Amino acid sequence: MSDMSNDTVRLKKEILVRIVKAFLSDSFEDNARLIPFDMRPKGCEVPYRCCIYKERAALRNRVMAGLGTTLENDDERHTLAEFVRRAVNRKRPDKDVLTVLESACQGCLPNAVFVTELCQGCVARPCVNTCRFNAIKFINGKSVIDQSKCKQCGMCMKVCPYQAIVKRIVPCENVCPVGAIAKGPSGLAKIDFDKCISCGKCVVACPFGAVHEKSQLIDVLVRIKSGMKVVAMMAPSVAGQLPCSPQQLNTALRKMGFYDVWEVAVGADVTAKNEAKDFMERMERGDKFMTTSCCAAYNELVKKHMPEIKPFVSDTHTPLYYTAELVREKYPDSVTVFLSPCVAKRQEATEYDTIDYVLTFEELGAMLVGFNIQVAKCEETDFEQFASKQGRGYPLTGGVAESVRFSLGKNSDKVKPFVVDGINKMSIRDLRRYAKNGACEEGNLIEVMSCPGGCIGGNATLNSIKTASKAVNAYLDKSEDLNLD
Amino acid sequence: MEEKKIDVKVCLGTTCFVMGASNLQELIDSVPKRYGDKVEVTGVPCLGLCSIDWKFSKAPYVKVDDDVIKEATIDKVFAAIDKKLGNS
Ligand code: FES
Repeated sequence: MSDMSNDTVRLKKEILVRIVKAFLSDSFEDNARLIPFDMRPKGCEVPYRCCIYKERAALRNRVMAGLGTTLENDDERHTLAEFVRRAVNRKRPDKDVLTVLESACQGCLPNAVFVTELCQGCVARPCVNTCRFNAIKFINGKSVIDQSKCKQCGMCMKVCPYQAIVKRIVPCENVCPVGAIAKGPSGLAKIDFDKCISCGKCVVACPFGAVHEKSQLIDVLVRIKSGMKVVAMMAPSVAGQLPCSPQQLNTALRKMGFYDVWEVAVGADVTAKNEAKDFMERMERGDKFMTTSCCAAYNELVKKHMPEIKPFVSDTHTPLYYTAELVREKYPDSVTVFLSPCVAKRQEATEYDTIDYVLTFEELGAMLVGFNIQVAKCEETDFEQFASKQGRGYPLTGGVAESVRFSLGKNSDKVKPFVVDGINKMSIRDLRRYAKNGACEEGNLIEVMSCPGGCIGGNATLNSIKTASKAVNAYLDKSEDLNLD
Repeated sequence: MEEKKIDVKVCLGTTCFVMGASNLQELIDSVPKRYGDKVEVTGVPCLGLCSIDWKFSKAPYVKVDDDVIKEATIDKVFAAIDKKLGNS
């Protein structure tokens, strides 16, 4: 999840707010162009970088990402005003949901294991003896690692009695579960989009804030302003993301010009029922397990890296898919916008004509700040469509599996849920093993979530998992069970 | 004479919440644990500072008695309370 006390996250949100304010002002182009100068006026303190010009360059790149620009091929020849024009006029958002800010990337030193001065040159020398690659030598009474031989297995780190051996990591590379981000020839981070599953973990991990989502804020604002029927679809994880109830948020969204507001929990109810049916059919034909299919990053993972598990993934569509379909049915001429805890859903949206745009909770928050809306003071507006307790429980760890179990009614004892609470190198290894064996010893319904903590731990959330889950649970207490007939 | 309690107000208005006060909600639990009943802490609606001070965008704000803490963090709030209590 996004770390709320992190300065890079603050910076990103501040820039998004400034973009919204510029949009609402009488000169969007000019005021957007001035954002880096407003934030770092002449003579001001330089909090992070070597000089004010470097700071402004990084801020300029952040504004570009906030405008939805792909930074990879920027030749630095255009002003921000030009990017504003492009954002306002574009018909479709750029493809690939993330972008790297070269001006912000530190070009971290590569991953390496090395011996620090804490090495006492002991007699036992467990490091030398444990290394299977013969990479550690004793030089001048201390251990030294030969980097050309070291495979970074970390065994020596474990056995050193002084904890004198450390691993230097590149945060983005280290956290990426699929090896999609690495240092390019320039030494700066580069994303391989053939491998990227849009999970957003690198966005959170980089302490320089060098990986950004490409925002679709402007696309949405422009369409609202032009009077189109823009319909918001709120992820169930939205409960607790702002200091108000979902019903108050409904009002707030309408104040900003949204035409209608739906809970995606409506579609989650459809997913739960279909997935329960799918589960029963698979168990009856003798399958040993089924995995859920609602996490966008997991679906990308299956597609790009783990086709062998595809036969075990439920064929059910995501809650967002069903919700968007229902919205389009009701308003064929609508522009649909999903309010999302993570950037991965933006990738999913590109696959369906029914989902036009995705705003993350950070972007939603920035929009509310920019419009000056005190959500806590908004009246409550009820939702027209019924959403159940189970559908609203999707964003909690185990919530999806629970909804499927509940939907099975009298068959609910047939399911043994198991939660993969976060996609990482280790859980990927486990999933591969289940696929290979055609069985999972832990359970027969595997809920897979890319983010630890479930959707409330999404990369673009505004609240901590602890307080957010309290709010979601309070909302569940007020909700009714899913009707199974 | 009973000593006056230190009054901590955590702004939970939209701006402060979005800019990071969501995290400060933890103070509502952790302050009483740390300071007992010497300090009173509440979450309050918009303190009205975000609209005046937006140009400098220093949200989230917390008030410790009459002192405003800008870009508040849990540590900054603790430090302000400690200073008031004279045990820094
Ligand atoms: S929201 Fe905190 S001062 Fe306005």
